Amino acid sequence: MAEALDLSSFVRRRDDGAAWMDFAVEGIVDAGSIRAIEAALCKLAGLTKARVNFSARRLHVEWTAGGLDPARIVADLAALGYRAHPFAPQAREEDIEAAQARWLLRCLAVAAFAAMNIMLLSVSIWAGNVSDITPETRDFFHWLSGLIVLPAAAFAGQPFFRSAIRALRARSLNMDVPISLGVLLALTMSVVETARHAEHAYFDSAIMLLVFLLAGRYLDQAMRRKTRSYAANLSALRAPVAARVEASGEISTVPAAALKAGDTVLVRPGERIPVDGLVIDGCSEIDQSLVTGETAPYAAPAGCEVFAGTLNFSGALRISVRAAGAGTLLDEIEKLMDGALTQKTRYLRLADRAARLYAPVVHSMAILTAIFWMLAGRSPHDAIITAIAVLIITCPCALALAVPAVQVVAAGALFRAKLLLAAGDAIERIAGVDMVVFDKTGTLTLPELGSEAADGASPAAIRCAARLALSSHHPLAQAIAALADDRTPFNAAEEVAGAGVRAIIDGEEARLGAPSFCDLEAEALAARQAHPEASVIAFRRGVETAVFRVRQKLRPDARAVILSLQARGLPVAILSGDAAPAVRACAEALGVGEWRAAMRPQEKIAWLAERKAEGRKVMMVGDGMNDAPALAAAHASLSPITASGLAQAAADALFLGERLAPVAAAIDIARRANSLMRQNLLFAVVYNLVAVPLAVAGLATPLIAAAAMSGSSIVVTLNALRASREPKQLSPLRTAPAPARRLNEATP
Amino acid sequence: MTILLILVPLALMLGGLGLAAFLWALRNGQYEDLEGAAMRVLSDDDLPP
Repeated sequence: MAEALDLSSFVRRRDDGAAWMDFAVEGIVDAGSIRAIEAALCKLAGLTKARVNFSARRLHVEWTAGGLDPARIVADLAALGYRAHPFAPQAREEDIEAAQARWLLRCLAVAAFAAMNIMLLSVSIWAGNVSDITPETRDFFHWLSGLIVLPAAAFAGQPFFRSAIRALRARSLNMDVPISLGVLLALTMSVVETARHAEHAYFDSAIMLLVFLLAGRYLDQAMRRKTRSYAANLSALRAPVAARVEASGEISTVPAAALKAGDTVLVRPGERIPVDGLVIDGCSEIDQSLVTGETAPYAAPAGCEVFAGTLNFSGALRISVRAAGAGTLLDEIEKLMDGALTQKTRYLRLADRAARLYAPVVHSMAILTAIFWMLAGRSPHDAIITAIAVLIITCPCALALAVPAVQVVAAGALFRAKLLLAAGDAIERIAGVDMVVFDKTGTLTLPELGSEAADGASPAAIRCAARLALSSHHPLAQAIAALADDRTPFNAAEEVAGAGVRAIIDGEEARLGAPSFCDLEAEALAARQAHPEASVIAFRRGVETAVFRVRQKLRPDARAVILSLQARGLPVAILSGDAAPAVRACAEALGVGEWRAAMRPQEKIAWLAERKAEGRKVMMVGDGMNDAPALAAAHASLSPITASGLAQAAADALFLGERLAPVAAAIDIARRANSLMRQNLLFAVVYNLVAVPLAVAGLATPLIAAAAMSGSSIVVTLNALRASREPKQLSPLRTAPAPARRLNEATP
Repeated sequence: MTILLILVPLALMLGGLGLAAFLWALRNGQYEDLEGAAMRVLSDDDLPP
């Protein structure tokens, strides 16, 4: 590597002076990779620790400060065939989540330990109560249970107690309020009853409840952590690097995240601009389709403002990095984002809605039970015990598992369908959509340009042109280079600035580039007239000529997916920032009747607001920076993984790969998950309809409570597992038959 | 029933040992990379060649 790689901004220090950093590594596939990487790195002088985390596909290295240049590690791994990408230190969220997962697991371990020991004692008491246990032994067992459960519950119940207190402080109710109340009342009553030498104590119910709920919560968290770490790896792999011009005039490669305002970076033709900034010198054309959706490149002379994510076409630029200032496009988009996020009526999650209904009903039922038994002539003590038994048996074990269990399984199914879930309540919202709106550039079309040869070009000419294109950095040439099957560039190929690339092949000059460079202006004009939205590139080698059209290519299954969405009864529309002819051509090719072109971000939001006023729930699918506010404003939103950072942050889920099928899969899986959640909630209600009368009648012994609670939790969990089955509607998209057949098969 | 005075503390102590072992493993980072651990068991570079 000619330029030094500067990773100093990623190195973190420990208190004892050792330096460490993490890498996301591509290419770790088996035990051999672990060994190869660790063995190779251990030979480096100064290195104290190198450990591969296989599940996360990451590498952790430590070395004595100053003893090693981390760029050596990247270079050594590259020599072995592994590409290592530095991990940004600002990924703190992941550390917090990992700490929380460990905490939940600790709570679960303590609760499970207590539950196992209590069950030992409880089963003895249940057996003894129907045979010959002496009251002394029973009391001893009860006190012993209390001794184990009270500290265990105080520790393991913390996640619920804290969340319940937070909810009460905010003057709202969540599922944790009835849970905490149930556990606390069960424990208090059991202590009182034990002191009174009573037959029944509910220590086992309380701790078993905590075990089930903690298991559900840990799984839920593990699912979210997995998608998050996967997404973080992807963003590290895609993290842009920049060529920074140092004060001495030397150029060093630094990750774009390490650039500061005032730095100068060099952007060569064909590279993406890594930061927002001002052009200091140089002149080029810039493709800003990722920012505005517009496909036609614009000229960027010195003094022009350029944005991160845009593509530099023709000339080298020096850019002065600046922090996001007022009045820029980015600033305007961020303002719109804030507005959209605050305006979005806060969606009330299904589980919270259930909790809001559930808690008051259950609590008033318990009070009514107490009043009823007191009026019926029982002692206040008996009446209160019965009321507490009602609370324990209705403690929303199944209800609290009903939604998260389905979410965990559905998120796994989405992951297999190449979707990464970003927001926890996204499944419910995606299930509710009744209209899908697409952005065009980068969403319906592939992020990379595609090329095709005009009619009449000989295969030999196309092959030769594609090989010649390998020598050029120009993005249009790279699209043509993708056609090459022989990936070795010609020797002594020479790039002519602003015109194209040429080489001498077998003593004959071949040229690829602007039509004027190859004397093919007439043919180019014809091609341009036939396809006004395409850029035209010409090729000449002696008498052999070819004209290439380079343009945005639709995703391979875009039409099929749109047809299948329409077949599901979902209207589809296109909102694009691109010019009208390009959008019309795309809409016609896809059979989409409703489209708008040249839309600014605020116009997209306004359009979405109109649909919302009509009562529609719109899913927005978009990738550009200009789509980010609309993604935030829509009922649900998806982004391709190639989207700009701002759009990714606003989207509910990201989809991978170049196919559009995950969009349809997301809706199918979410709808299925949603119906399973509703089934589970219904089951929880039915369970209560059976269990509550028993408890009200005073028949709910600890044995019945234990059986009913664990039984209902298991039924709900088993039902949730059905969410991982592949929805049937998906299969036609996988095998991709002809579109007409797909329409028939995909009827919901 | 006096045997309970020995057996119950014994049972609790054994359970407590298991819990302590689990918490130690958790703190020690044994649960950080479950798939990697399954792979590393195949590695034999700790043996003399």
